[in-house]
Parts: sequence; C-alpha cells; structure tokens
Amino acid sequence: MACAEGALAAGCRFFGGYPITPATEVAERMAGRLPAVGGIFIQMEDEIASIAAVLGAAWGGAKAMTSTSGPGFSLMMENLGLGIITETPCVIVNIQRGGPSTGLPTLCSQGDMMQARWGSHGHYEVIAISPSSPQEMFDFTIRAFNLAETFRIPVLVMADEVVGHTVERVTIPSAEAIEVIDRKTPTEAPETYFPYKTDKSLIPVLPNAGDGYRLHITGLTHDERGFPMTDAETQEKLVKRLIQKIQKNKKRIIDYETHFLNGAEIILVTYGSSVRPALKAMRSLREAGIKVGLLKLNTIWPFAEDLIRKLATQAKAFVVPEVNFGQIALEVERCAAGKAITKLIPHAGGGIHTPLQIATGVEETLRKVASNRKKR
Amino acid sequence: MREKTNADSYRHPKDELLRGSRIPHIWCPGCGIGSALSAAISSLQKTGIDYDQMTVVSGIGCTGRVAGYLNLDSFHTTHGRAIPFATGLKLVKPQLKVFVFSGDGDLFSIGGNHFIHAARRNIDLTIICVNNMNYGMTGGQVSANTPMGARTTTTPYGNSEVPLNLPSLAAACGAVYVARWLSLDVRRLAQSIQEALEKPGLSFVEVIAPCPTAYGRRNRLGSALEMIKLYRENSVIRNGVHPDETVIQEGKKMVLGKFIDTQRPTFLESLSGVSELRETMWPRKSG
Repeated sequence: MACAEGALAAGCRFFGGYPITPATEVAERMAGRLPAVGGIFIQMEDEIASIAAVLGAAWGGAKAMTSTSGPGFSLMMENLGLGIITETPCVIVNIQRGGPSTGLPTLCSQGDMMQARWGSHGHYEVIAISPSSPQEMFDFTIRAFNLAETFRIPVLVMADEVVGHTVERVTIPSAEAIEVIDRKTPTEAPETYFPYKTDKSLIPVLPNAGDGYRLHITGLTHDERGFPMTDAETQEKLVKRLIQKIQKNKKRIIDYETHFLNGAEIILVTYGSSVRPALKAMRSLREAGIKVGLLKLNTIWPFAEDLIRKLATQAKAFVVPEVNFGQIALEVERCAAGKAITKLIPHAGGGIHTPLQIATGVEETLRKVASNRKKR
Repeated sequence: MREKTNADSYRHPKDELLRGSRIPHIWCPGCGIGSALSAAISSLQKTGIDYDQMTVVSGIGCTGRVAGYLNLDSFHTTHGRAIPFATGLKLVKPQLKVFVFSGDGDLFSIGGNHFIHAARRNIDLTIICVNNMNYGMTGGQVSANTPMGARTTTTPYGNSEVPLNLPSLAAACGAVYVARWLSLDVRRLAQSIQEALEKPGLSFVEVIAPCPTAYGRRNRLGSALEMIKLYRENSVIRNGVHPDETVIQEGKKMVLGKFIDTQRPTFLESLSGVSELRETMWPRKSG
C-alpha cells in the first residue's frame, strides 16, 4: 500500500501487472486508486505482457509501473533489457519471495539481488534500490520514479516479503513537500534532432510518441539517430554510454545510511528486512563494548564500491547478513579486496535472521580477526 | 529523427511515409512484405489522420522490420511482445492511432497469448499480420502457420502439426474486424487496412505473402512470381463467410475476403461504463 501510494505521489498514472504472491497488494491498491487520479490500471495476461505494456505506456508519456515477485520477475527479464537499451523510464517492484522456481510464495527471501543486476542478457548497468520499511516503500518508490525519469532507465525496487507485508504507520508528506522529477523532452526541431545524441551527462533527451518527432525506437543496437546498425563500433559506443550513464552519475544515485561507522572494527552491511535485526544486534553488541557499526545500503545497484573500498581500510571485517547464500556479500568481498575480512551470515529464506544469529556471526568474526592477528 | 523530405519532382507519392535513408531494405527479392507495406502506406494516406499522431509497433522478424522503414513514430520491440507494448501506449494516449505490423511467427507463435487477450479486451488497435508461413529471418523454420506436410529447416520430413486458422482465432477472441488477402491483392488489401484503421476496437488483417527464399525454395514452389501465381490460382474470395471456413489446407482453396465487420465497446469505452455494467449484471441485493 505504501508502495502504491508512493507511486501515485510520484505521478505514476499507468500500472500493468499480474497477480502474484506476495506482490499482489500493490496491484490491488493501484486498481482501486488509479481511476480516481485519471490513470489506467490493467491486469495483463502475464508478466511479460505487464512489463511490455509498462514500456509502451512510458513511451506514451506516462509514468508507469509494475510489481511482481520471483517467477514474474524472471519473466520480465527480456523486456527489462529492452527498457535498458531503449532508455525507457519505468519502475519495476519486486517483493522477493523464496526460490528457485515457485519456491516459497508466501515467505521472505533476498534471492533475486544478483538477478536484478544481471538477469537480462548482455552487459548493462541498472539501478536497484532496497526499502527496509513501509515508510521506505513509500519514499523509495518516489525516488525510483525520480531516478527513472532523470536517468531514463527502468528502476528496480527490490523489496522482500517481510518489508512488503509489514504494517506500520507511514507518514505521507503534503504534495508540495514531495520532490517529483519529470523527464526532459526535446526543444530542438524534429528536422535537426538526434534522439540518442547526448551531452556530457550521457542521458538522452527523448520525446514521447505523438510529439511529432517520428522517432524510431528499437531493441537492436542503434546509432544516435536511433536506427539499427550491425557493427562493432556502434555497439561499443552504445553499450559504453549505457554503462557510463550510470557509472558517471554514481554519486547522485548511490544512497546509504550509516550507524556508528567511526572507529568500528566490524561493519554490518545490510539492506531490506535484514536491517532491523542487524540494528538490534548492533545495539546489544555495542552495549557489550564491541565496536560494531552498520552500513545500510539503500541503493544496491550501482554498488557502493568506493565506500566499501574506503571502509575496508578502516575496519577489520564486514559482516553481511542476507536472506540468500551470498550475493551482496560477494560484492562486499570483491571491494574489500582482502583488506578486511568479509563474513556472510546466510539464510535460506522463509524467514529472516534473528538479532542473535547476527550477533553470533559478529562474535565469530571477531574471533577470526583475533586469530588472524596472532598468525601474523 | 524525422526524415528530411526533398522537393524532388520525381519522388514517389508514398515516399513521405518511408525513411529514404533506410533503403535498401533487408527483404529478399520477391518477398511479399514490401507489397503489404505499400498497401498499408496507401491506406494510411487515405485515412487522413495526421502522421504525427500515428504509431507503428512491430515485434521481431522480417515483418518486424517494418517499423524501421515507416516514417512515423515507430517501435521495434521484443519478439512476440508488440501487442502488449502497443496496448500500454494506446491506453495512456488514446488520441494516437496505434497499429501493429508483424509476422505470423511473432504474433501467433511466441506472441499468441497477447493477441488473444488484446482481441478479448477489444483494445483499439489495428493488427496487420504478414503470414509467410515460416520463420523467414532465421532461415525458414516451422511456424504455427506452416501448412501440414510443408518442409522447413526444422520439419525436414514435412510439418506434422496443424496450423492455426488466424481469421477464426481472431473472430473467436472477439476482434471486430477480420480480413485476409494475398499480398498480390494490393487494392483490396489497402481498402481492408483502411477500414481496419478507421474501425474502433481490435481489427485484424492477415496478409498471405510469399517467402520465396526460405519457404518457397524448400517446398519447390518456384520463383516469387510463380509462388504468388500459385497462391492466386488456389484461392477464392468469399466475403462474409464464417471464419471457421477459412482453414488453409491441402486440396482446399485458400479463402480470402472480409469475414467480420462488427462493433462492440472498446476497452476504454467499457472501462468508463463499467460501474453501470456492474449494476445491470450484478444488481445489489435489496433489504
């Protein structure tokens, strides 16, 4: 519900979706609310159709969204790639459930984090953000639309079942207090306009269908005119720009929250529903005199590489509780590059970590840090 | 990017709707897609609709390339997904005339489910399907519209599957306009596409087109000219027949014509009238 309200506040006026546990509530809320604001809700025949309709609606000028969970997210992967290469602003919400396959429809997982990064074929960059509470479902969905409109890219809201089903108070600010960003449209005359020619920002300024520009938009590798080209040079130019468009603007995209990082020997790196038990574990460990801090990743992709690299020189170890068997932990380990230990606290899904499990993981890591010191 | 138009006196009247810089096109000599596109351009010109308010959506395949050649807002989407893409576009911008131009493999093999539901919903789209009875772009594999017994690269001993009958499928799903023509019948085809474009709701035009390079060659149907001659000799125009009678099969003449021309509320019309409908179909219990 908070997610749907956030979408509406951000200006979302099209929702194409398909029922799936545990994401159906978003669609149901949108079905009820969109007609009242002059928007269109349509339940499509499957998730492939849902994402295709969302892309079409986005080119019609609407802010468009779909929501799904594991199996549906898998079905959306091909058209996610279409959204990336055609630079279509839209939002895809994934309320993650246990997998693989039908898995645990009603229970929590964070198993799709790498799928969010690499799920569609080809090499590309994507933006994925991860809310950890109903308030963040609201706030981050607004941010997802703003990022999508700014960078012309599908933005993934990677929530999980626990966050999706948590019921608590959400503060909705007045409309004027909400920052809403709309996509830029070209001012140049159609005769001299090149749709995929960009300035230093590397973000193209594109019109909507019906604006008189006679656009050609294709999933094929295309040049600045938008026309398909079959050669290595065009491929390099396009794919490089799609990657750098996000890489160069990382600072504007990456968002995180820190707790007691100053002087921390151990840093918990968390996101989604793992944040709360990790915060609880951190507080009790700190009461026991252990120097533990917490990094809460609000943006997952692009990954906060520079931050982890910097922190790896200050702390002794990173502890990563995840409701999977190591996805974001791999990224942390890669960026730590041996300068600090990375300890994964896995969870197969179906629930989330208890604060005790996380605290135990931190204590084990402390012992490992100590024994490493002795060896030296 | 809008194509510049030269004021050259020798320009063809249809050039205004073609992207000259994209020519030569990728289609083989004798391919029927060109005739189908040419007929479609005539109809687009006759509707009098502002070209800036027209949008074409294609999927993947030989016919899928139409979007790249038409000088309109044009979307070349993923394989099989032109219809749901067009659905989203049309619903948020109903003032646009949105039409889908794609092949039989794209629209009815991989994308068949989307056609069924778009027709059921009566989304205001015109769908033009070039049926060349195989997957041309990938070198001639069997499609859902390959006739029984026909040879393709993936049916080297002949196709053992029964093909779809597209007019019958379209009619059963609720399309308000259904026609089938040969790519040879350019005038009738153009007339039909124009009627389809002017019709509110989901209209469907099937174009039977020769694919001499892949389908024709493997089935020894001769040159493009011989193929289309064969199609003409083995077809009959029967306007208004029941779509179930239009099955394409060995020993039976291919039935061409306009089969359905009716009307019912479009998706958006039904959407605005839904509360009223609810009251009549599910009246509230009194007391």
